[in-house]
Formats: sequence, C-alpha cells, structure tokens
Amino acid sequence: MTEAMPNFEGLLREALAPVEPPADLIERLEGTLMSITELAVDELDAWELSAMRDPRNWVRPATALVVGGSAGVALVLLRARRRPHGAPSVPSIEDVRGAAERAIAELSRETRRLLGDH
Amino acid sequence: MSEEVGHKPKAELDAEFSDLYRTHLRDVYSYAYYRVGDHHDAEDLTEQTFLQAYRHFERAQRESNGRPLRPWLIRIAHNLAANLYRDRSRKPVSPIDDTTPLTALHTTEQLVEGRDELSRVIDGVQLLPDDRREALIMRFALGMDNREIARALGRSDGATKVLIHRAIKQLEELVHD
Repeated sequence: MTEAMPNFEGLLREALAPVEPPADLIERLEGTLMSITELAVDELDAWELSAMRDPRNWVRPATALVVGGSAGVALVLLRARRRPHGAPSVPSIEDVRGAAERAIAELSRETRRLLGDH
Repeated sequence: MSEEVGHKPKAELDAEFSDLYRTHLRDVYSYAYYRVGDHHDAEDLTEQTFLQAYRHFERAQRESNGRPLRPWLIRIAHNLAANLYRDRSRKPVSPIDDTTPLTALHTTEQLVEGRDELSRVIDGVQLLPDDRREALIMRFALGMDNREIARALGRSDGATKVLIHRAIKQLEELVHD
C-alpha cells in the first residue's frame, strides 16, 4: 500500500536518522536504575515476606516497595540533580534512602490513620 | 517490580531489564527527541520511560507471551509525551527547537547543506498530525514494522498500514508544494 517513491522513503530515513543519547543522560539514568535496584534488593533480602502480616512490620519492607516500585521517588531525585548548585551527578544510596524515608513517613501516617491508631 | 518476586528471581528480572535498557535506549531517545523536539525534554521523557518500564516490567513480560517489548516501551514514551503536552497545553515550540535546529543534531547536518528537499522533509514531518508523525518516527527512525507500530499505537495492523500510507502521502505533498 505504501507505494510512495523509494527515493522519498530514503529521504525520510535520512531526515529521521536515529539520535544517540547524550553520555550524561546514560550516566544519570544508569546510576538511578542501579540505585533503585540495589536498595530494593537490600531491603527485600532483610525481610521475610511472612512478616508482612503484622502491620508493625510494614514500615521497613515498605521502604523497598516504595523505592523499587515507585518511579516517583526516583524522579524526585532526577529533578533534584538538575539543580544548579553542586548536586552530585549520580544519586548516592543515602540520597535514595532519604527520599524513601520521607515517603515512608507519609505511608506510616496513612497506615496509622487507616488502622485507627492515633 | 520488586514486590512481585514470586514468578522469577528478582536478579533475573533485573538482568533482563538491563538487556532491554541497553538494546532500546537509543530507540526510546530517538523517539522522544523527534516527538518532543528538544534534547532537554527528550532526556526527561527517556528517563521517565525507563523508570515506568522498570516498575511494570514483570507484568509486561508475563503479558507479552514472548513478543518483543519494544512496542510496549515506545507506548510508555508515547503516553508520557501526550501527558507532557497535556500538562503544558502546548505543542512543540517550532519545527523542532528554536535554538538547536534538528538538522544540526545528527549526522545529516552535512547532507542537508545544499539539499533543500531533505530540509523540507524534516520541516514537513513536524507539520503532520501527531499520529502520522509518530508512525513515521517509529517506521523510519526506529525501523519498526507495521505490527510493532500497531502495538505501540494501540491500533490494528490494517489501520496502521493506512496511517503510514497517508502520512507518507501527506508529507510528499507538503514537501513538493
């Protein structure tokens, strides 16, 4: 059906040549992916899934869930790295953990509210 | 992804995600760049695409039945780009970027010099309706076939074939007017 001129399709291929991603993007993205992956593994290794039945144990495993399962936390870090004043080029585990802990604090408050534990 | 470790070991999933990332980073970035029109937004879109993909990777693998995941990845980028425009309530600033013309960003720069037709093709692509432009980006920048494009756009194979045909025809008219 696409009986357009072969030459025109050749022009289109030239016009839309693949674009190589910038090196700094690769470094940043791989750093972030490694951070969220490693932290989630660490946290999951430390906790038995059976402990999830007890709400008192939810907070620490939830750290792994939030970091490993939520792109939102990582995106906060990606944005933060773009600030002009000397933010590191790759987030440290501590950075990720700090963001996760803030998210966990909110999660804990919400959990207590839902359980009626004031 | 990390909470769903019942089907595959997480390390295995992470290794497979790593392969997906390495194989398709250039595809996602190319799509993002031609779709949004500047490097800054393209970088953001690429980052967000892979983070979303990581989050849903296990489920996507389960539901893909062994089919390639590139269309799924590009569909994530497609949806994120749509959200970007919806949030900003605007289209790209110009045929690509005001300060960094598309032609200066890849190896076609030298080719464009003295080749007005190629320059008109580049400008014409940006004038196409979104769905036609996206179909052409997927076909010519990423080398996707009709079936892959259909999956990425959520259309039937037949509708996609027609879409590409009309996109090329409209672009030819734009270029030769």
